[in-house]
Amino acid sequence: MRARIALCLCLLLGAAGCSNVEPWVKPYERQNLADPIMAADPNPVASSYLNHVFEVREGARGALGGHGGGCGCN
Amino acid sequence: MPRTKRIAALALLLAALPARAAVLPDDRADVLYHRYEGGGVTVDGPSVLVRKNLAEKYSVAANYYVDFVSSASIDVMSQASPYKETRQQASLGLDALNGKTQYSLSVLGSEENDYSSTTASLGISQDLFGDLTTISFGYSQGWDEVRKRGDPTFEEPVDRRTYRLGLSQVVTPSLIMGFAFETITDEGYLHNPYRSMRYLDDDVPLGYAWAPEVYPETRTSSAASLNARYFLPYRAAVHGEYRYFTDTWGVDANTVRVGYVQPVGSRWTLEAGYRWYDQSRADFYSDLFPRADAQNFMGRDKELSTFQSHMYSAGATYQLPSSGWKFLQRSTVNLFFDYTNYDYADFRDVLKGGAPGTEPLYEFDAAIYRLFFSAWF
Repeated sequence: MRARIALCLCLLLGAAGCSNVEPWVKPYERQNLADPIMAADPNPVASSYLNHVFEVREGARGALGGHGGGCGCN
Repeated sequence: MPRTKRIAALALLLAALPARAAVLPDDRADVLYHRYEGGGVTVDGPSVLVRKNLAEKYSVAANYYVDFVSSASIDVMSQASPYKETRQQASLGLDALNGKTQYSLSVLGSEENDYSSTTASLGISQDLFGDLTTISFGYSQGWDEVRKRGDPTFEEPVDRRTYRLGLSQVVTPSLIMGFAFETITDEGYLHNPYRSMRYLDDDVPLGYAWAPEVYPETRTSSAASLNARYFLPYRAAVHGEYRYFTDTWGVDANTVRVGYVQPVGSRWTLEAGYRWYDQSRADFYSDLFPRADAQNFMGRDKELSTFQSHMYSAGATYQLPSSGWKFLQRSTVNLFFDYTNYDYADFRDVLKGGAPGTEPLYEFDAAIYRLFFSAWF
């Protein structure tokens, strides 16, 4: 478990240190990504219910969408 | 590492990260009616979610959710009597924005007459590389209590820890991709106190008898998923997701999901989707054990058997005309329908009779309805 936390630390801090990379998709090119039909989880109350159904009916669990994120559109 | 030290390490991690990007979720309210019908089980009820920003730095969310369960499932009909029960769940969450970093805290509690659950979660997400990349990390700790109707002395705990890692990446002006990894560990009483396993018994007329299940007291699972969403040139979107799951009980599962979103006119949005799910059985699962003490762990939960499911989905969203209320930016009415077929490869339908171990394999269909109203303000 210690190794898992250390890995996450390295990933987060390492990535945070590389923020000077030039964005290859410019802010003015994000019109499509900002469209509501491109939202990762447009209806959280409905999708969390469906994920609950999956977890009750199936042996598998976890890593079902809803992992945050965005396109920097707002 | 002791639990307190691990939590302290996570807190340090949260404090050490530099302040950058992120956007708080929209202010919105959702009122949902959900209904599930299938396999002799009907579950329906409401769910209400309200989210509001405060001082443009914080976002508070509250959710109240109810399941009204009426069960005459194959497990219930073969080993017990149909029952009805109510499950209530409430959660409260706080998101805080500091530059491009978003911190999240939430607590969730659920209660039914024979099960209580409390979960506390914390998370952090960070926008990077000109806001093209978002990385997130989360941790949850759950404390459950399992009880048994008719036995007031029965009370068993379950502890659960969840670790989440997420990555979202803008790839092109029309393509966004995501990766998620989640590990969950459980410790405690992990099976259903009412369910039994079946074993061959020549001394009874049926040829088989029932005995209490015996499960391991620990389980660790890992799941990794990859998803993509692509904007088509004529204003429509396609999306897909693949997930691989494995756990220490021997269950391996694959999930594939694809969908299509098509706006029609200025007010309608139509959706269609398909989901395929496939899993292998747990090491200690059997439909029919050769004898009562055949092995250390024995279970007959069909959710741990070998099976496949196919789900077909359709949905429609209608944006309501402006109400004239200044505080209401927009509102929608939504109806989603999902039809699922579950096809079991080693779980037999004992209600249909036959020599033990030769009964027909079990399968059932389920219909899922979600009708909801959403408002942004």
